[in-house]
Amino acid sequence: MSAPKLVQGYEVVIGFETHAQLSTQSKIFSRAPTAFGAEPNTQACAVDLALPGTLPVMNVGAVERAIRLGVALNSRIALRSIFARKNYFYPDLPKGYQISQYEIPVVQGGEVSFYLGDEKKTVRLVRAHLEEDAGKSLHEDFIGQSGIDLNRAGTPLLEIVTEPDIRSSEEAVAYAKELHKIVTWIGICDGNMQEGSFRCDANVSVRKPGQPLGTRREIKNLNSFKFMQQAIDYEVRWQIEQLEDGHAIQQATVLFDTDTGETRAMRTKEDAADYRYFPDPDLPPLVIAADWIERVKGEMPELPRAAAARFVGDFGLSEYDATMMTQSKSTMIYFQEVIGQNPPIQPKIAANWIMGEVSRRLNAAEIGIEKAPVGPAQLATLIRRIGDGTISNNAARQVFDVLWSGEGSDVDAVIEAKGLKQMNDSGALEKIIDEVIAANPDNVAQFKAGKDKAFNALVGQVMKASKGKANPQQVNDLLRAKLS
Amino acid sequence: MSLTSADISRIANLARLELSPAEGERMLARINGFFDLVEQMRAVDTTGVEPLSHPTMAAACGAAALRLRADVASEPNQREANQQSAPAVERGLFLVPKVIE
Amino acid sequence: MTSTNNDLHQLSVAELARQLREKKVSAVETAQHFLGRMAAHQDLAAYLAVNEEATLAQARAADAAIAAGTAGALAGVPIAHKDIFVTKDFPSTAGSKMLAGYRSPFDATVVSRLAQAGAVTLGKLSCDEFAMGSANESVAVPAVGHSAPTAARNPWDKQRVAGGSSGGSAAAVAARLAPAASGTDTGGSIRQPASFCGITGIKPTYGRASRYGMIAYASSLDQAGPMARSAEDCALLLSAMCGPDLDRDSTSLDVPAEDFSRTLSDKLDGLRIGIPKEFFGAGLAADVRAAIDTALKAYEKLGARLVEISLPHTELAIPVYYIIAPAEASSNLSRFDGVKFGHRTKDYTDLLEMYKKTRAEGFGDEVKRRIMVGTYVLSHGYYDAYYLQAQKIRKLIADDFQQAFRSCDVIAGPVAPSVAWTLGDKSDDPVAAYLADIYTLPGSLAGLPGMSLPVGFGANRMPVGLQLIGNYLQEARLLNAAHRYQQVTDFHLRTPGGY
Repeated sequence: MSAPKLVQGYEVVIGFETHAQLSTQSKIFSRAPTAFGAEPNTQACAVDLALPGTLPVMNVGAVERAIRLGVALNSRIALRSIFARKNYFYPDLPKGYQISQYEIPVVQGGEVSFYLGDEKKTVRLVRAHLEEDAGKSLHEDFIGQSGIDLNRAGTPLLEIVTEPDIRSSEEAVAYAKELHKIVTWIGICDGNMQEGSFRCDANVSVRKPGQPLGTRREIKNLNSFKFMQQAIDYEVRWQIEQLEDGHAIQQATVLFDTDTGETRAMRTKEDAADYRYFPDPDLPPLVIAADWIERVKGEMPELPRAAAARFVGDFGLSEYDATMMTQSKSTMIYFQEVIGQNPPIQPKIAANWIMGEVSRRLNAAEIGIEKAPVGPAQLATLIRRIGDGTISNNAARQVFDVLWSGEGSDVDAVIEAKGLKQMNDSGALEKIIDEVIAANPDNVAQFKAGKDKAFNALVGQVMKASKGKANPQQVNDLLRAKLS
Repeated sequence: MSLTSADISRIANLARLELSPAEGERMLARINGFFDLVEQMRAVDTTGVEPLSHPTMAAACGAAALRLRADVASEPNQREANQQSAPAVERGLFLVPKVIE
Repeated sequence: MTSTNNDLHQLSVAELARQLREKKVSAVETAQHFLGRMAAHQDLAAYLAVNEEATLAQARAADAAIAAGTAGALAGVPIAHKDIFVTKDFPSTAGSKMLAGYRSPFDATVVSRLAQAGAVTLGKLSCDEFAMGSANESVAVPAVGHSAPTAARNPWDKQRVAGGSSGGSAAAVAARLAPAASGTDTGGSIRQPASFCGITGIKPTYGRASRYGMIAYASSLDQAGPMARSAEDCALLLSAMCGPDLDRDSTSLDVPAEDFSRTLSDKLDGLRIGIPKEFFGAGLAADVRAAIDTALKAYEKLGARLVEISLPHTELAIPVYYIIAPAEASSNLSRFDGVKFGHRTKDYTDLLEMYKKTRAEGFGDEVKRRIMVGTYVLSHGYYDAYYLQAQKIRKLIADDFQQAFRSCDVIAGPVAPSVAWTLGDKSDDPVAAYLADIYTLPGSLAGLPGMSLPVGFGANRMPVGLQLIGNYLQEARLLNAAHRYQQVTDFHLRTPGGY
């Protein structure tokens, strides 16, 4: 690993805590549905509301997903883990305690690897533990009061905690993107950041190289990669300023204000430190049989890093291209279908098209690649037509537009209809070239006098006369032959 | 060991209990009276003893390991019944004094 | 008919169920008979809530089931529930201002299981606030017919406590205001009031009866059980109450429901009864000891053999229990914050004040004390010294019993060091009351089944109960031992004067 880049002589140290909502049908300890966006408190059952006499019963789907994450990140899966109560009062916490895991979490250790540019980075995980989500406090439209919606209360979460291994905001975002990719890839979380399915907290501190860790401040609820980088950059600058001005950093929890672009300290709960954790007497220890873990291992799909490495090794893609081709499972599937056509397509060219035309239009339309109007087979044919000289790159883009808009679906039919075929018949081409030479004596003279510009002008005239159907390479060759 | 008034107010705050100074004093006396009873327990040597947090783990008759239920959403919406004893509700939301973050 | 109707309240559950099945008496007239007695004896302050309409509707349904031949084992038998169980048809308060008038949208599993067996609910019975107490004196809501909160009275002497926390259940059964009642036992709350009021009660193995719908005090200790006059009746009720509740309670034992009556009449020849010497120390009152000794002699006559055993950590059960139970309670009672249900203070300016005033107003002194103790022992820097240490000694206590059961089949001893005390005697000295739990706490901490049966009278003609403790899942054996004793004695049939 190269030496960490410094900011004004300070080393940035970042650790992450990510709350991933698990994609189960029902809550972690109740049978209420987890669907997002329902009317307030219509998906909060007696157990979620902590009505007197209610008790928790564990959802197997949440455990299964925890095991899946652990296997994907090479973590240890605890064969016996303990649910504990984290006690604190808050209106969105119905029981007055959160059921979580404390001393013995279900997922222990592991790591997340990714590329930052061409440099491979590895962030070590401390743990990932199962816990229940809280409800929501709505502050709008009630004067002096807040409205409590407990629909989200009891939604299963995995809190994924890293070591303070991250050294820059760019690396932080890259880590978060990689983790996001993995949890959606293995299907344990829908990854919807707007809906809060994937929420990141960043513990940020700075220090002079070689010094012990500085005091950290935790930036809560970073729910977009864009704001994540802004927030961390601001926080780093702020901390350095403080230190430079001789102020010590006070440990604090801060929020990023997307309007001002600044972080501000949250009102601190003075007793927040004392959660009085103890094993939940309502829940015996969670015991996971070894064969369950084995089963999950057997069902684990090829992971993005492994697929990317394969693309580099087998197809000679660059790390960057390989990462792009595995940015999501559907991207990988699309890519593999394009190059898998018969006869096969050169992976590098396929990758260029997917990163270029395809993703540009996907972004514009804000849709996923699985919904792309131009399917892998069509793209493969199109690329093949460039390769065999039937159409030029420019013409290919025009064909692509037609396919995308849906006006046409068969590549060759579109080429025909639009008359985009390149003129490869040299007889007809020579005729045009002769006419152009005859019609432009000046350019010919200038060329012979050594001016290349003049040659380009002649090529342009020929292309124009051929209505763009001439193969530029062929034009070049013939023209030079005739003029020499 | 015995507790101080400072301990009492710290704990009362953790437990979200308002105690008048008088109540605090009475509480202090009562609780210290109780903790005298506890001292004998602290003296016992328990090195190497596994704590027993679930009696049925000793029973070894079924509930030693957490039971897992199928991931099925079967609870119907019973908001009205569930909120019938709520102190303050508006448009289905529980109302509380403004929560400041 | 009328002749029977006048003493319907003297019939055992078994006999009443039989007469109902044979249509000698209807569920409605039975219910009316008891509702009448409840109204006539409100001075006992046993009931916190009645709902005649609901009771009679259930009775009519029971009569219909009997007529249709679809009746369950307890069809038409009236019972009352400790107000720690939540019920749809009656308010559920746990004896606390915090839940005054609270309506649950569902029935506790124990309540619905008894209803499925055909039982008819007479009302809700008084108990110490959130089941924290041993004299029923911490109840904070008024009983039916009373304007202010007052402890359930002991029918044998109304100046004395009925015991607790299931004091209302014991008083109601002893005074024949219900043929039987449900109770809950965390540290002795079924056994001690049963003993004080001269009735029979059993706390099954932890996990036998579902805790779903039981307002939680100490989750690792709370257990429901029946209180009735005889072991035979307790067996009938326990069979209906128990059984796996795998969908609702993660600590419910996955062992099939049992007919606890099946071995009631087995002979006791060769039964080894363990006598823990720690249960017969200086703290045990002479009158109680005398009654216990007589009962043990009777058991020898029945063919049982007495063997001395030792439960060395008995004394430690008091501090261990009064650390663990408050710790769990302090967390279990955090949900009472004035947000979703229950009491909310009238005047507050912000959230913190709303919390603190709501809880200060809603909880009584004993509950506050236990919340404070529990919060303290779990707080930063004290957990290991108190809570963890207590859980380790809890293991030693459980091991003591397993050691003892190598040399005996059941354990016998007193339920409490004394007979029921006079109202107010211990209300100003909580620690003294804690010490009186010494014989019931060890079995509770181990999660073992235990019961109390009346075996005589002590000073001032107050009842004395014998405690029987069995190994895990040995309820049938306890009930058998108690039933055989009740075949040759009549203490369980004695009715306090005036009832």
